Amino acid sequence: MDTISQSFALALSMVAHLDARLTQIVGLSVTVSLASTLCSAVIGLPLGAAMAIARFPGRDPVIVTLNAAMGLPPVVVGLLVYLLLSRAGPLGAFGLLFTPTAMVIAQTILIVPIVAALTRQVVEDAWAEYREQLRSLDASWWQSSTTLLWDTRWSLLTVLLAGFGRAASEVGAVIIVGGNIDGVTRVMTTAIALETSKGDLALALGLGIVLLTLVMALNVGAHLTRQWARARFG
Amino acid sequence: MGDAAIAEGLPIVAAGVGVVRRGTRVLDAIDVTIEPRARTFILGANGAGKSTLLRVLHGLLAPDAGTVTWGSGRSRPAGQAMVFQRPVLLRRSAAGNVRHALALRGVRGSEAQRRTDDALSRVGLGEIGARPARVLSGGEQQRVALARAWALEPEVLFLDEPTASLDPPATRAVESIVEAIHARGTTIVMTTHSLGQAKRLADTVIFLSAGKVTECTDASQFFASPHSSEGRIFVEGERL
Amino acid sequence: MKTWIRNVMLALGMLGAVGAGAAEPFIVVASTTSTEQSGLFAHLLPAFEKDTGIAVHVVAVGTGQALDIGRRGDADVVFVHDKAAELKWLAEGNGVQRYPVMYNDFVLIGPKADPAHVAGGKDIAAALKKIAQAKPAFVSRADKSGTYSAELRLWRDAGVDIAKAKGSWYRETGSGMGPALNTAAALDAYLLADRGTWLNFHNRGNLEIAVEGDKRLFNQYGVMLVNPAKHPQVKKDLGQKFIDWLVSPRGQQVIASYTIDGEQLFFPNAGSDS
Repeated sequence: MDTISQSFALALSMVAHLDARLTQIVGLSVTVSLASTLCSAVIGLPLGAAMAIARFPGRDPVIVTLNAAMGLPPVVVGLLVYLLLSRAGPLGAFGLLFTPTAMVIAQTILIVPIVAALTRQVVEDAWAEYREQLRSLDASWWQSSTTLLWDTRWSLLTVLLAGFGRAASEVGAVIIVGGNIDGVTRVMTTAIALETSKGDLALALGLGIVLLTLVMALNVGAHLTRQWARARFG
Repeated sequence: MGDAAIAEGLPIVAAGVGVVRRGTRVLDAIDVTIEPRARTFILGANGAGKSTLLRVLHGLLAPDAGTVTWGSGRSRPAGQAMVFQRPVLLRRSAAGNVRHALALRGVRGSEAQRRTDDALSRVGLGEIGARPARVLSGGEQQRVALARAWALEPEVLFLDEPTASLDPPATRAVESIVEAIHARGTTIVMTTHSLGQAKRLADTVIFLSAGKVTECTDASQFFASPHSSEGRIFVEGERL
Repeated sequence: MKTWIRNVMLALGMLGAVGAGAAEPFIVVASTTSTEQSGLFAHLLPAFEKDTGIAVHVVAVGTGQALDIGRRGDADVVFVHDKAAELKWLAEGNGVQRYPVMYNDFVLIGPKADPAHVAGGKDIAAALKKIAQAKPAFVSRADKSGTYSAELRLWRDAGVDIAKAKGSWYRETGSGMGPALNTAAALDAYLLADRGTWLNFHNRGNLEIAVEGDKRLFNQYGVMLVNPAKHPQVKKDLGQKFIDWLVSPRGQQVIASYTIDGEQLFFPNAGSDS
């Protein structure tokens, strides 16, 4: 209990003094996770919409695979991306290992299945409602996809938030491909891992509290946005 | 639209159309023709197959047997629109819904805006075009759906029991809009439960019973003396 | 739709620039957890950057992994503490030359209760013999680290066949120094640690130093440039500058000046044959 109360005090004082290293670490965490959320949105939203609307042979296996991929172990993804990006690996020429870009790549791979699978569910429900009307209006597959994605935008916001949360909370992938380099690739989760391994548990937990607060605040924001949108747009 | 020459997608000819669902023949050997400019009503009890036939004629449903021809072609032409029993509107403003439908047809910009404004004022919603469509009342939403159809200037407008969930004033509003659309040259194909509505609006009646066409005549003829017993029961008591 | 795709690309591009540290020159150094977690790098690297303007990105992992990173060409310099492994690595053509830099020492950590009765001793081999007989809880890193190699060497010097004891009183965690210390504190166990990490470790529980000062506990650090012939993209000039600085009088003095609670951790010995 002592460690826990110490951690709350530490967390509060770090935030209150806008501790420079904390700010840098939080900033990098948010930037990396935001970038991977955006990348996975670019890939996952159209993929999910296509899965919802299109009927093609092999659709069921693809859905099952996507759902399974939601549970990809981050450390395995990290290791695979590490082997890909290493100088000794196929994409080594780009020199991306131990950079934030590598972290974005690894996290994107992790959360695309989540974004795609959840998007599919959201769009499928909307498609059930709109299918006949859109076909009556002669909408093409592409037009139907974009119409549904825009129409379900508020639910999709929650989907992207789920992706962001997964990205911001994982440590296994980013620690391997980023190297946890001080000031360069150290993010909240890897900093927590480091401080824990150094035995500085109060600081580790303090950082953890900051991370939890951040994710919680985002969720509250998204919830309120959805409430507002539902009242406004119906 | 104008009184121009023969419309592309008309007449609509269904020949030997059959639809099977879960082992039941929902439609059985249907032969009907939708003539240009007519207001054709498809009547019958629940489960008779009215909605299914409507969808086959609109091209939303491919029949399991028989063929549907639109004009001279076998594929569904563009100039059609449909209004469903529950209005299907997007999470946008009323005007946004109309503009969206126009954009799907490639009509954008000021032309789209003009047609949208015109359509909304025709259905009496000129003042509330900017409001989110889904917060409007049931009757208003259905009028947005009709405005959408109006703006598209279709050759044929299909309506599937459009006033089933509306109160009498809203129903009257919808009926007068349908009449206005027809007056502009659109062919109307409609289903309804309501004898009164059919009497008010129909030119031609197709009467369905258990998936088969039992009558297909002039409306006044049908209401005066229906041939079939089911038709008689419908006209006299709306009970089947 | 198109605009926001373009904006995303821009954001990614900016991120890439940030990631590449487009601003200033830097090298990647693969080193061990003991050098980072002891706080040495936090003391050493700012001085190097001030003197040369070169930033150092340290990837701190176990010695085995650090050498592997160097072998793959993902780092420019390798800075570890396992002479045998380093020489083997050089012999395989992965590096250019090994320079001794500094040494620190290992200490045997144990619970205050001291069930094996080794506390206060100066002979590590004797202490380990006693531990093997008394069989108290003992935590080993069992990763490919310099500390683990040293530990195995010491068991051998004590004449103990440690392979037999695995899984009973001898617990292998397969982890870095910090997590192993955490485990030992939780189990009230003995373990071998480098002094630097121990001094910087705050979760001690009932642990304290049991045995220290034996010459065999001497822990030598060496630095090597990754072979540019094998990996052309290695920043050989910047990397060599780092090595030269470490072994220079200035670098050696900065190393010596690093203390925790007034105690010096690392003893510079560049130029020796260690």
